[in-house]
Amino acid sequence: MSKHHVTTTINGEETEFLCETQETLLDVLRNTLNLTGSKEGCASGDCGACSVIADGTLVCSCLMLGVEAEGKTITTVEGIADGETLHPVQRQFLEHAALQCGFCTPGFIVATKALLDANPDPTEEEARYWLAGNLCRCTGYDKIIRAVMDAAAEMRGEARAA
Amino acid sequence: MYDFAYQKPSNVADAVAALGADPEAKAVAGGMTLIPVLKQRLNRPSVVVDLAKTGLAGITAGAGSITIGAMTTHAAVAHSADVQRVIPALAALAGLIGDEQVRHRGTIGGSLANNDPAADYPAAALALGATITTTKRAIKADDFFQGMFTTALEPDELITKVEFPAATKANYQKFRNPASRYAIVGVFVAQTAAGVRVAVTGAGQGGVFRHTAMEAALSKNFSADAIADVVTPADDLNGDIHASSEYRAHLIGVMARRAVAAAA
Repeated sequence: MSKHHVTTTINGEETEFLCETQETLLDVLRNTLNLTGSKEGCASGDCGACSVIADGTLVCSCLMLGVEAEGKTITTVEGIADGETLHPVQRQFLEHAALQCGFCTPGFIVATKALLDANPDPTEEEARYWLAGNLCRCTGYDKIIRAVMDAAAEMRGEARAA
Repeated sequence: MYDFAYQKPSNVADAVAALGADPEAKAVAGGMTLIPVLKQRLNRPSVVVDLAKTGLAGITAGAGSITIGAMTTHAAVAHSADVQRVIPALAALAGLIGDEQVRHRGTIGGSLANNDPAADYPAAALALGATITTTKRAIKADDFFQGMFTTALEPDELITKVEFPAATKANYQKFRNPASRYAIVGVFVAQTAAGVRVAVTGAGQGGVFRHTAMEAALSKNFSADAIADVVTPADDLNGDIHASSEYRAHLIGVMARRAVAAAA
């Protein structure tokens, strides 16, 4: 089969790539574009480690074909920080040590960014509901949720939530 | 995944033509079922026809009904002010499907066409008496679902939109698998101009079904007490590692009573 030519915007830059139909967007990000921050956990859409933002919506890049990304604007974990300056979500995950092995962290960072873009002032329940598609097998989620709530407060210009 | 060709038609007619031209062709809507199936090599289509550009997404509120385009995502239904106003139980159901990532890709048309025996939307369509419009005809929900993963759809027939009549009272209660979030048992109860209906998903060996004994009891008296003594036989229910058929039969009663009590 001939390869497909796909034009996208990834992390603010117009990005063209060639892919086979059976390559997922995650395959393309990791293997073709060397954006290896997005992880392959379950490869079946359950764990959220491959989360990216596509046209403003949170999706699993392992369940989107590379060819389906045509014309879309994609944000991966590599596009969250502003140059060398970490995004508040990233900084709060570090501050709270909201990770252990770190494999799920890129997905959580991206999912949290998408949450706070859609809802800058989530309740803890809303945050847990939104992040239900991101699995962490190390932390028990408590530190993650504290990091998310503090990142939200910081982005609203408020003092720490707790 | 096995290799396959890929087409992205820009209108419904071209999509139907592509599907009609090749018996091994498969349509992809959100891909939340098809792509995992392709990854597991359980299916080998010659060509995947992507419906993303067919213009079938959108929600319109009519007089006493809500019409949802086939390519409308679960997230769009869950967040739609129109759906929340006219059939709040339907918006709530959409918000219970999968997780945020799935809800942003998965579509109502894909869910109904797939007719997974544990999917949520079939229960809403059957309980509300939805009309499923395709590229060929309008199909009543009662005629649409024809058993596990089986529908009235022909291979080159696409769902274009689904119309749900407004309900005076409706609610959906789901006992979900905590990992997959599919329904172990889901019960949608609806009181519409056409009467009371109770649809059960997740439990039936033949997929979604109507619980006529509960419907009869609720038609006389719409209260949780009215169905407290309705026994659900376990004979035709699924039993698997998640729940035995007897447990599912019990859960149907529990979920139905909760749904009736919560129906507004």
